[in-house]
Amino acid sequence: MSEVNPPRAWRNDAVAKVTGRARYADDLKFHGLLHAVPVYTDHVHARLRGVDTAAAAAAPGVVRVITAADVPGSVTFGQILQDYHMLAGDTIRCHGDVVAVVVAETRAAAVAAARLVTVAADPLPAVLDPEEALRPGAPLVHERHGTNVINHHRVRRGDVAAGFAASDVVVEQVFRTSFIEHAYLEPEAAVAVPRPDGVMEIYGSMQHPFSTRRFTAALLGVPLADVEVRSVPMGGGFGGKDDTAAIVCARAALAARLTGRPVKLTYDREWSVRESYKRHPYRLHYRMGLTRDGRIQAVAVRIVADGGAYCSVTPWVTWRSTVQCCGPYRVPHVACDTYGVYTNNVFTGAMRGFGSPQVNFCIEQLVEMAAERLDLSPLEIRRRNMVRQGDTTITGQVLDTHVVSLAQVLDRVVAESDYEARRGRCAHGRADGDELYGIGLAMSYRGMSLGAEGKDFNSAIVNVQFDGSILLETGIHENGQGAESAMVLLLADELGVRRERIRYRQASTSVIPDGGTTVASRGTLMGGGAVVHAARALKEKMAAVLAPRLGCAPGDVAFRDDAVWGPGGARLTIEEAVREMWQAQEYPYAFGVFQGPQVTWDEATGQGNAYFTWVYGCQAAEVTVNRRTGKVKVLGMWAAHDVGRAVNPPMLLGQFYGGMAMGLGYGLTEAVTIDAGRIRSLNFDRYRIARATDLPEMHATIVENPDPLSPSRAKGIGEPTNELMAPAIANAVAAATGRRYCEQPVRVDAAELAGGPAGAEGTEPDANGEAPCN
Amino acid sequence: MQLTINGRAVTVPDSDGARNLLEYLREDLDLTGAKNGCGIGQCGACTVLLDDRPVRACRKIVADAAGRRLLTIEGLAAPDGALHPLQQAFVDHGAIQCGFCTPGMVLTAHAFLLKNPSPTRSEIRRAISANLCRCTGYQQIVDAIESAASHYRR
Repeated sequence: MSEVNPPRAWRNDAVAKVTGRARYADDLKFHGLLHAVPVYTDHVHARLRGVDTAAAAAAPGVVRVITAADVPGSVTFGQILQDYHMLAGDTIRCHGDVVAVVVAETRAAAVAAARLVTVAADPLPAVLDPEEALRPGAPLVHERHGTNVINHHRVRRGDVAAGFAASDVVVEQVFRTSFIEHAYLEPEAAVAVPRPDGVMEIYGSMQHPFSTRRFTAALLGVPLADVEVRSVPMGGGFGGKDDTAAIVCARAALAARLTGRPVKLTYDREWSVRESYKRHPYRLHYRMGLTRDGRIQAVAVRIVADGGAYCSVTPWVTWRSTVQCCGPYRVPHVACDTYGVYTNNVFTGAMRGFGSPQVNFCIEQLVEMAAERLDLSPLEIRRRNMVRQGDTTITGQVLDTHVVSLAQVLDRVVAESDYEARRGRCAHGRADGDELYGIGLAMSYRGMSLGAEGKDFNSAIVNVQFDGSILLETGIHENGQGAESAMVLLLADELGVRRERIRYRQASTSVIPDGGTTVASRGTLMGGGAVVHAARALKEKMAAVLAPRLGCAPGDVAFRDDAVWGPGGARLTIEEAVREMWQAQEYPYAFGVFQGPQVTWDEATGQGNAYFTWVYGCQAAEVTVNRRTGKVKVLGMWAAHDVGRAVNPPMLLGQFYGGMAMGLGYGLTEAVTIDAGRIRSLNFDRYRIARATDLPEMHATIVENPDPLSPSRAKGIGEPTNELMAPAIANAVAAATGRRYCEQPVRVDAAELAGGPAGAEGTEPDANGEAPCN
Repeated sequence: MQLTINGRAVTVPDSDGARNLLEYLREDLDLTGAKNGCGIGQCGACTVLLDDRPVRACRKIVADAAGRRLLTIEGLAAPDGALHPLQQAFVDHGAIQCGFCTPGMVLTAHAFLLKNPSPTRSEIRRAISANLCRCTGYQQIVDAIESAASHYRR
């Protein structure tokens, strides 16, 4: 950052949030506001014959009860497959399906009347296990789809049979992961306001305003231009406020359209957990072959992801898992098959990490299991196999457009955590007292932004006002991560102005072009790239006008220290410069676009340049495991990530700490409990996210290797921080106990520990590949 | 009945005494700083102070506050708008992300520091352990509270 903007904690919304003045969706009020609530049934899979709304409609305060029959547009929509029924029609496919929306003068009246809605339905056999869903004759979740397979991704590289033949050692293991709840502190909320000009205006807690607009326009049957989605402060998303949040907004808009009044639809926690999509549970069956000296020769892996009742972004999530299935290692022979599968469980979709936490949990344990067999250290096996500058990934991508810093982040974590000395203290199941000590680490590379999932571009508008104040807007959404602040800092830096000049506009889908969703750690990379391009366009435009006044050529005009400079010390204040622009009848206004560099993908072979840039990260955890109770206590956590360039260091550290904490929850405590398709862990009393006392002090190391393909030189950080702590903890627990834990979350059974260490042998699977971990 | 909310006397009809305190603050008094994150007293986003002690507004009724001093986040800054040193510390240490837990977290920390102005970091962690935050990992929140403690020692 420049000298006019010293690097200290700053965000544009901090004061509003710390004083309680920030207005989130549920904090908004409008004249004539009505309240809507959803109506569920207790069915998991059923043919819906009818919804009886008469009693609810007659209840005190009720204005309208809405069902699928009332929808003017398309009741089905989706980002990839249009299979989501925003109100259930003839079929209930999961326990979170909504059959009606009750709209009343008060929320209490709506809640009371919702209990009066009844349905006539014939239960259908439910399929709740994705492996069963794949078998011939399994009940179909979507009959029209013809199969329960949502997608099948592959990687075919080299010749795995030859690779295993050339291997001296083969490790084989089945891993399992759980449904994970995003647990954003703010449940979904939306307010829809029918405007006199015919536009439906929406204020919602969502992280994809443009998708929200598409869902809403589809449900109402109106053009995109007739829906305006406005950003309000949002209480966390973590990937979880895309589809469901958009659908909540769309239902509020439908209620507003049908009643002609503003409607608020605020979810309580139980509705949110019941209905909203989760992180996919995976079953992963890995085989890895290595030579005696620890070089990985081949990996064969079959991954089955439970997509739940709707497609959502399952094909994209499982695609990333496929691309990254071998971790950051060189593997000459790979066969990967990844299936996304429909079941009647809650649907699954985007969550911070987006398909990487599952595969990292496995591959980072598998390499250590191989190392144990080969009598190599966890560091040595990684150093012998990890990608380095100019290496080729398993999808055939040559890593030569940026600094491949895997060795750098690994070395930093090893040094900061004193890993090698602490490794020598690990108990491996043997200790004098009750506490078994262990340290473990994990590392990854991660493709940035969307990659070959979709078109990837973003825009920014910089609009300098007559008094020298500046309005900025981008196609990136503030989810709580500090995106707006990063954009302001990048603009201030590029223009050489004080950040106090810049106000980030409350974003609107009717002003800024559709920039896609604010996910995939793409905010700073894509939106920041657009800001840099807009700033450069603005400077070019201003330099052309101001050069004669500064007595120089346009190319010699400089923007720094909150002023515009010629080479000989000639100077204009920003205010003077703007007045000159007005005199010349030129607007100090610019529109900038960043188009992500080309990526390629061949679906048949799973080969291509999957992402235009990659980030490299390493994390470590130090634990004790109590052998009487099985309780795992995390004593220390370390992380190093290469972010390209640190734009707002204190907020960047916040991404580190938050991601590491969420990763600890994934490693040790978090799993949505589902009983025959019905979620039981509906609130924080039964779904444990990390508390302040569950966490040790954390140590974060920012590594900066500016990325030439990023206009701001920054990459991204939100997800990398959240994809490594669980395998680091699993490896630490293994070092402590001498046993492997291949189901996420790691749960140590003290009774098993009494039997002593199990060693790395005994991992051969039975005929079904169902090897016990120990 | 009489309530004292953020230093101001508020007269509430007895008929409202049985209403949910959080809903009353948010809907009737437009004090929307307290948030509803779970509705069962688990997350702490609705924390307000009654006579300097943190309570879960979602689990209280209006009558519970009768005759007591109720402080919401809106009442912590000075009347001229200057941030309380604890609030300023949250800003300066990057302790705020989505902000949904922030009002309850700040008030819980405020009550704690009034009782213990020289805490260790692990005491701070225990003090906020019933306030959930999904964004920050708590580390910069602990930093902020630790740094603000000196203002409570005067």
